[in-house]
Amino acid sequence: MTELLTVRNVRKSFGDNLVLRDISFDVAAGTVTTVIGPSGSGKTTVLRALNALDQADAGVITIGDVSVDFAASPDRPTLARFRAQSGMVFQSHNLFPHKTVIDNVLEGPVVVQRRPRAEARADAERLLAQVGLAEKAEQYPYQLSGGQQQRVGIARALALRPKLMLFDEPTSALDPELVGDVLKVIKDLAAEGWTMVVVTHEIRFAQQVSDQVLFIEGGLVVESGPPAQVLVAPQQARTRSFLQRILDPI
Amino acid sequence: MDPATQDLIWRNLWPMLQATLTKTLPLTALSFALGLVIALFVALARLSRFTALSWLARAYVSVIRGTPLLVQLFIVFYALPQFDIVIDPFPAAVIAFSLNVGGYAAEVIRAAILSIPKGQWEAAQTIGMHYPTTLRRIILPQAARTAVPPLSNTLISLVKDTSLASTILVTELLRVAQLAAAPTFDFFALYGVAAIYYWVICVGLSFVQARLETRLERYVAR
Repeated sequence: MTELLTVRNVRKSFGDNLVLRDISFDVAAGTVTTVIGPSGSGKTTVLRALNALDQADAGVITIGDVSVDFAASPDRPTLARFRAQSGMVFQSHNLFPHKTVIDNVLEGPVVVQRRPRAEARADAERLLAQVGLAEKAEQYPYQLSGGQQQRVGIARALALRPKLMLFDEPTSALDPELVGDVLKVIKDLAAEGWTMVVVTHEIRFAQQVSDQVLFIEGGLVVESGPPAQVLVAPQQARTRSFLQRILDPI
Repeated sequence: MDPATQDLIWRNLWPMLQATLTKTLPLTALSFALGLVIALFVALARLSRFTALSWLARAYVSVIRGTPLLVQLFIVFYALPQFDIVIDPFPAAVIAFSLNVGGYAAEVIRAAILSIPKGQWEAAQTIGMHYPTTLRRIILPQAARTAVPPLSNTLISLVKDTSLASTILVTELLRVAQLAAAPTFDFFALYGVAAIYYWVICVGLSFVQARLETRLERYVAR
């Protein structure tokens, strides 16, 4: 299998706080990697480093044919090219509240990528239909439920045709009954062959959808492998105790 | 009211309206527009991560807010000629008023920009937007909602502050009233008319403000 994403020795600190000590992993094209770990483990920072929202202090990240060595303080065009490789879905969706659903999706393709509006619009409508929101195109984000907002966020990221999709705890801010719709959209994307990295607390979802699970703690990848190994028969004591706490909290 | 006063008012209604249309309103509009441009750049400088720039903006706001508008006007019109910089009354007034609005509105715009959640900047960044585009298409349209009420205050104050331009020979509304009343000392009548003119302009602006606010609220849950 060819690797779409390789992460080598990524380090990141915020002030004195060393959040990522030494992170390395690979993601093969067309596979889903879920990242689990306790809060404060650095899992969200890993994801944000993949999009350079938080720039790593050191380490090399390669997505497709764009490789960035963060120790060498990359220039702006390089970073822009790097960011364009991936689409990001936030925990709190971060839709643009002053734009309608369709305009949220169109903003990237039309304003940034300068694609013809008619073509981009047809694309955006198709994406909205794909996430089950075709009839909401002309509404404003505040008129949607949390789950619907999150699905618009997914469509907005897909509209830029990235190679890699990143999800930062996409269901953590949702009411429980809305989680299923969002996870289903992500599963459908997996079935379509999208390469994705998903930070999540939904262990059952991780089990169903992942090809690879990373357990991160203390800024290190403590354990990685197929879900049947990491989630069902973990080798590391820390992974075991984390899973026990999360699966059986009382 | 005695007939002479009535006649005086009647004769000066049109000249005063003329002064309003040719001086007071253009002076207000120009100064406010230029002032907003200055304010935007000062606000961005203030928010900049370059400390020198940020301090420069701070100093500007401090000087503008810490000195009387009348003194600012006098400096531009009466003091600059000492350095061989001679500016006509109207442009001198525009310069002084825009600089003044720039200082006050900068703080309003800065606060409005800061009120937009960080996630909006990040979302724009992840779809590949650069800083100027993000500001123009994502941040400022949302910040406008917060900024319109205080900026309306600034504008309405400015309308009335333009009367200070009468002190630097701009024949705006108050100056025309002054000149018309001087021969007969009938100040009450003509200043009364001037006051009504100012008030009508401000009522009109308040109306526009209300419309604008409604428009900017359309995407917010109620």
